[in-house]
Amino acid sequence: MQRDNIAMQRVYLDHNATTPAAPEVVAAMLPFLSEEYGNASSIHSFGQRARTAVERARESVAALVGARAGEIVFTSGGTEADNLAIFGLVPLGLGVPGGVRRHVITTQIEHHAVLNACQFLEREGVDVTYVPVSSAGVVDPQDVRRAIRPETVLITVMHANNEIGTVQPIEEIAKIAAEADIYLHCDAVQSAGKLPLDVARLGVDLLTVSGHKIRAPKGVGALFVSKGTRLRPIFYGGHHERDRRPGTENVAGIVALGVAAQLARENLEADASRMASLRDRLESQLLTRISEAHVNGEGAPRTPNTSNIMFRHIEGESLVISLDLKGVACSTGAACSSGAVEPSHVLTAIGLAPEDARSSLRFSLGHSTTAEEIEYAIGVVPGVVERLRELSPVYHKT
Amino acid sequence: MEPNHHPETVVVAMSGGVDSSVVAGMMHRQGAPIVGLTMQLWNHRRLPQLAGDGPVGHRCCSIDDVYDARRVAEHCGFPFYVVNFEKQFEDTVVRPFVAEYLAGRTPVPCTQCNNHVKFDQLLLTARQIGAERLATGHYARIQLNSCSGRYELLRARDASKDQSYFLFGLTQEQLARAVFPLGDLTKMEVRELAREMNLPVAEKPESQEICFVPSGDYTQFIEGYLAEQGSGQRAETGEVVTTSGEVIGRHEGLHHYTIGQRRGLGVAAGRPLYVLNINTVANRLVVGDDAELQSDTCEVDRVNWIAIARLEQPMQVMAKIRHKHEAAAATIERAGESAVRVRFHQPQRALTPGQAAVFYDGERIIGGGWIR
Repeated sequence: MQRDNIAMQRVYLDHNATTPAAPEVVAAMLPFLSEEYGNASSIHSFGQRARTAVERARESVAALVGARAGEIVFTSGGTEADNLAIFGLVPLGLGVPGGVRRHVITTQIEHHAVLNACQFLEREGVDVTYVPVSSAGVVDPQDVRRAIRPETVLITVMHANNEIGTVQPIEEIAKIAAEADIYLHCDAVQSAGKLPLDVARLGVDLLTVSGHKIRAPKGVGALFVSKGTRLRPIFYGGHHERDRRPGTENVAGIVALGVAAQLARENLEADASRMASLRDRLESQLLTRISEAHVNGEGAPRTPNTSNIMFRHIEGESLVISLDLKGVACSTGAACSSGAVEPSHVLTAIGLAPEDARSSLRFSLGHSTTAEEIEYAIGVVPGVVERLRELSPVYHKT
Repeated sequence: MEPNHHPETVVVAMSGGVDSSVVAGMMHRQGAPIVGLTMQLWNHRRLPQLAGDGPVGHRCCSIDDVYDARRVAEHCGFPFYVVNFEKQFEDTVVRPFVAEYLAGRTPVPCTQCNNHVKFDQLLLTARQIGAERLATGHYARIQLNSCSGRYELLRARDASKDQSYFLFGLTQEQLARAVFPLGDLTKMEVRELAREMNLPVAEKPESQEICFVPSGDYTQFIEGYLAEQGSGQRAETGEVVTTSGEVIGRHEGLHHYTIGQRRGLGVAAGRPLYVLNINTVANRLVVGDDAELQSDTCEVDRVNWIAIARLEQPMQVMAKIRHKHEAAAATIERAGESAVRVRFHQPQRALTPGQAAVFYDGERIIGGGWIR
C-alpha cells in the first residue's frame, strides 16, 4: 500500500479536472518565459514579437470555436471568463434609479463559476431562475422559454456538464434566446476538444473556454464575445484586449492556449471516437462486473470521455482513496467540490438521493488515455467496490 | 513469519500536531506501510464572529493543520488524504455538546468524538481503504489480557499527558484495531523524536481548546450556533438562589455555568459562592459555599466496561470524575442495566452531570460512564 514499491501503474482518469499539458504546448510556450519576454503592448521589437504570438494564438482559439479573432478575449481561465460574461452583461441591482429588476436564466447543473456568480447577482437584487434538468441531465428548451420575462437580460447554459458529461441543447435554446432578443452565454469548458464547437451554429453570443482542460497549462482561458455585444469589463486598468480585459497579457499562457486549441481542432475527431470507445468499454465492463451500478446521465447525449457511475451503497470518498492507493485517479465530482459535505448539486438535480449522489464516481478520459490503462482500471475497480460494500453499514441493512 | 509476509497497512489519524505526526514518522521509519488521513470536522468559516483575535488556525481542522499534516506526509513519503466528516461530527459531537449545556450539563466533546467519529467513522474508512488498524497520537496504552481475553486500556507512562480518561468509551472491537504508539513515551521524548526525524511540525505549540471553539469561548459558540440554526431556543436570564431559597441575583442563561464555577456569577455575597446546581426546569442557578459542593455519591449511566465484561458485585476502584481530577477511592455497584452507583470514600468536590466518571484499577481502566 506504500503506493507500491513495485513500480505501480498510475492511471489518470480525471481529465475533466485537468489535463497534462501537451509536449508541443510546453515547447511552444517556453521561449516566452525566457528569451521572448517582451510586453505585447510595447512598441519595440521585443514587444512586437510578443504581440505577434498573442495574435496568432487568438486566431487559433477563434478557429477552434468558429469565431473571428477580434471576438476572442483572453482571461485567466474558465472561471474568469464565466464571470466576465455574467457581470459584463448584467447590471447589478436596479441599474438606474427607478429601473426594473433584471432577470437571468441559468440551469441547476452549471459549474460553480456560473452558479455562485448567479447567487451573488441575487444578493445584489437581480432575479435568477435555475431551470431544472431531466433525470438524464438535460435541460428542456421549453423550460427556458417559459422562464423568460420582459426583464430577462441573459441566459447562461453550459454546453457539456463537467460531472456527468451530458450535452445541452444549445442550438434550440439559442433560437429561443434570439427570438426574445436575449443574450446567450455558454460555458463550453468541458466540450472544447471533445465536441465540435461553432459559435455560429450553436447561436451563442458568448462562450467560455479553459486552457487546462484542453492540454494547455492552468491560468489561461478565453471568452468569445460576438461582435457588437456590449460587454462591460470587470477589471479596470490599461486598454488591453480591446478594453474588455485589462492587464498585461499572459503571453506564455496565451501562446500555450493557441497551440492547445490547434491540437484540439486537429485531433478532435480521432480523439473523440477513440475516447468514446474506451469509455464505452470501461462503462460496459464495470456494469457487467459490478451489481447495482448505474450510469448517471445515461440515455442523454454525452461527451465522449466522461463516465459517471453510481455504485450503490458505497462511500465515494473511500472509493476514490482506495483506487488512488491502487493507482487509479478519478473523482467523486467536480474537483472544486471534492471534500465537500454536500452531495453534488448536479447529481441531486438529476434526482439522485443524497446517499446515491455520494456513492457516485466520475471517470474522465483524455488524449493520453490508453487501452491498457482502461483494462487496468477494469481490473481494479470491481474488487475495491466489493471490499467497500462488505464494510458498508448501509449495504448489510438492505 | 512466512517468507511472503506482507505487513498490514495501518492508517494514521493525523491532526497536523506534533503527537500524531510523530506516530506517523515512527511507524513509517519502522517500515510499516501507512496511509495518513486527516479528518475535516468543522468549517471554521461557519461562525466567523467566533474566530477570536488570532488567525483562524492552530485548531484541529483548520486549513493550516491540514497543511501541516500534508507536509509531514510529504517529508516522510507516504500517501495522505483528507476525509470530510463534517456532518458526522456535527451530528454526534457539536449538536449534543450544545444540547448538553442547554440541559444544564457539562459535556466532554473529545470523548464523543473518539467514540463516534475517530474510532467509528474514521476506523471504518481506514478499513474501507485496506487498513485493519488505526494509529493515533493518544497517550494511553492497550494490551491484550491473555487470561480474560479482553483488550485492556491503560494509563500512559507519562502521567502528565495521560489521555485514557477520554478513551473509556472504546469497545473491544475498537480497542483491537487501535494502536497508540505514544503510550510509553513522555511528551519530551515525543518532541525529541520529532526533531530527530526533522518533522516540519517539531516546534509547533500544542493546542488546548476544544477544536471547534477556536476562541475558547464556548458560551459564545453555543449562542452563535443556535442563531445559525435558526433555533427559537434562546438562553434566558433567571434567578440565582441559595440553597435556602434566597434570591441573590440574576444569571445570564444557564449554559454559561458549570458545577463548581466561582467566577462570573455576578453576585456579591461577601463570601465565595459556587454553582451547586443548574436547574433547567425552574431556570434557576443554585449557589452555595464550598462545603455544599462536596458530595460522596453519584450515579453513572451508559457505562462501558473494558477490563471486565460486566460488574457482578461491588468493586473497589479509583474513580476520576473529570480530566484534571485526581482519581479518588470509591466503591462501584450495579444500579441498573448499564448504570452504576459510585460511593466515594471521601467526599469529592463538584460532581458534574455530563462529565465522565472513569474507574481505574491501578493503571488499568475498568470502565466508565456518564455522570447523571
